Amino acid sequence: MFETIAYSILNGVLYGTLLFMMSSGLTLIFGMMGVLNFAHASFYMLGAYFAYTLGLATGFWVALFLAPILVGAAGALVERYGLRRVHQYGHVPELLFTFGLAYVIEELVALFWGTVPVPYKAPASLDFTAFSLMGLDYSMFKVFILLVAIVMFVGLWLLLKKTRAGLVIQGALSRPDMVGALGHNVPMVFTFVFAFGCALAGLGGVVGGIQFVTDPGMAFMMGPIVFVVVVLGGLGSVPGALVASLIIGILQTFFLSINFSLAGAIGSLGIEDSGFFGVLWHMETTRIAAVLPYLLLVLTLIFRPRGLFGKREA
Amino acid sequence: MATNTAAGGASNLLRFWPWVVIPLLALILPQIFDSRHGITLLSHMGIAIIFALSYNMLLGNTGLLSFGHAVYYGLGAYVAMHVLRMVNDAGGEGLPLELIPVVGAAAGLFFGVIFGSFSVRRAGVVFAMITLGLGALVHSSSLMFSDFFGGEAGLFGNRVAAPSLFGVDYGSNTNTYYLVVAWALIAAIFIYLLRKTPLGWMANAVRDNPERAQFVGYNPTIVRFIQFALAAMFAGLAGGLFVITDEIVNDESVGQIQSGIVLLGTYIGGIGYFIGPMVGAALVTVLESSLSSYTEAWVLYFGLLFISIVMFAPMGLVGIVHTQYLTWKAGGWKGNTGIRLYMLLAGLVGIFGAICVIELSYHYFRSWDPSAPFGLMGFTVNATTALPWLVSFGIAIIGFGLMLFHGKPMLARRISATSEGGNA
Repeated sequence: MFETIAYSILNGVLYGTLLFMMSSGLTLIFGMMGVLNFAHASFYMLGAYFAYTLGLATGFWVALFLAPILVGAAGALVERYGLRRVHQYGHVPELLFTFGLAYVIEELVALFWGTVPVPYKAPASLDFTAFSLMGLDYSMFKVFILLVAIVMFVGLWLLLKKTRAGLVIQGALSRPDMVGALGHNVPMVFTFVFAFGCALAGLGGVVGGIQFVTDPGMAFMMGPIVFVVVVLGGLGSVPGALVASLIIGILQTFFLSINFSLAGAIGSLGIEDSGFFGVLWHMETTRIAAVLPYLLLVLTLIFRPRGLFGKREA
Repeated sequence: MATNTAAGGASNLLRFWPWVVIPLLALILPQIFDSRHGITLLSHMGIAIIFALSYNMLLGNTGLLSFGHAVYYGLGAYVAMHVLRMVNDAGGEGLPLELIPVVGAAAGLFFGVIFGSFSVRRAGVVFAMITLGLGALVHSSSLMFSDFFGGEAGLFGNRVAAPSLFGVDYGSNTNTYYLVVAWALIAAIFIYLLRKTPLGWMANAVRDNPERAQFVGYNPTIVRFIQFALAAMFAGLAGGLFVITDEIVNDESVGQIQSGIVLLGTYIGGIGYFIGPMVGAALVTVLESSLSSYTEAWVLYFGLLFISIVMFAPMGLVGIVHTQYLTWKAGGWKGNTGIRLYMLLAGLVGIFGAICVIELSYHYFRSWDPSAPFGLMGFTVNATTALPWLVSFGIAIIGFGLMLFHGKPMLARRISATSEGGNA
């Protein structure tokens, strides 16, 4: 039992940090532009594919830096020539634009790299067992993902709180017109933040593509879960995104690794495994794990629309 | 929005032309496309039209963007399927087949009332996210509760082993098609009339400015809730019809892809017009079934079409036609008709070139042997040589370039030269 708990927490934290790499960018973009970027997970996917292709030529370590930059550049182009144009029509067309973009990016990825997963693997320098905990091996690469996430969080925090650029971004988050009146180029700040958020997602893809699988379906698998994280943490709040990522990562891993059902714990009490409540009574947690994020999403939006740390309602 | 502007008597009559043309089309088309495949496609179009009209009650009329409208379509279909199976099991005794869609509508209304009660409190992003979450929840649950949803295989029924109200034999696809047309007409009339009731006008008010609607004395939440429940009802009706035409329903019908398709279709057609969703739904159904047998790239075309509509023509395809028609009627085409046609032609040439590029790419990246001869627009080309690529890119660049950098400035100059009015 203790092993399961320790193992779940370790893996849950790992999954949570990956979620945070994606959700931090998304929440920044939403907080500033009011755009819930449906294509955000597509940039995560682009990060993985760019790093895979670059890695073939330059090796993993160069790709680790180059791929997020390329993804950020792609994000900047999308913002400058797509979103900015749609912005004048209001928020719904913006949402729809990113929705369509997600489809197009998925198709383009399938076009260039094929529909089957690509063999994107951890570099040999990280592909060994870091430590063993109660008979379970923990690979160096997982430790590396944790390190990347920590560096990212600290860097993001320093950027937002301790630099002049961060000050302007924070100002543009709450009072874009005022920041504009002070002589800052607010549309440029928007483009920068959008590109930066996409680059963060791309960084998540560089390591996430190795940890999970790199195929054209990865964006549609991660996309909704990232939304859940951002809503649960509070739209626009970076610390909220961190806490929510860890909560969802750990919860989901727990539900997957313990085998629990009401019938198993209390006894079937003569309730058959049929009918609505019968099925619920016998439902095992492993099957609930897939639904859990969406349940959290709906419940959060009904009872606390501003999320855990949000300052304003979505 | 354009259809809601008050108009004079003569143009009022003119505005009813779709009610004549579309039913006529519905009667003529099965005579032309009388293959089994053609009739099935037309039936699916009818169902998609009802579904899209119900979706536009939310998006176009009330300003609610839903990512989970297929929930009501699918649940309506499942309940209708269970009733159909009950009728089958009873040896063909019970509810007549013509009324099975009513069961779907009732189920849609039921679930619309339940889910609507908590999701319509806010519009905008919160509503969109709740519907996204609900859609994912219901879709995932559909694989858990296999008693009701039939698991991955889905549920089957038999429309022939059910009584008919008018003694019609529904073994024939054509007869089933006419049943779809009849229901589509009824649904369209009801949805149209609903727009003209005070409820329809209040929905527009709530969409445009919820605060002012509240000051007038209406509760925006209640207005949204009623619209939501009614839209869910019509979605359930479409689901019930789907059960009759296809005799199978599986988890895809409640899934996110179904929700996405209705959103794409409605928006491509034009959410500001009553016939917009009809045009969009029909187009999307045709593209989905026919384009997918022509080319692998159909999802890409679909996505690009949608993005271009969102970026350049937010009023949809019907909106483009309507704007041009208004300009033409106001005399805005005088002296520049040639330039407009030239721009249209150049744009079409550009699209043609872009299609060539996409087809070449798909052949180059996706086929086993990229150097194999490959038929492109009537020419047999080798995708590993430079020539077809150069020509395709050239056509695309020349077409779009002429449209944007030659035709567009020319039109603007001509308009400003002739008068101060008129818009492109």
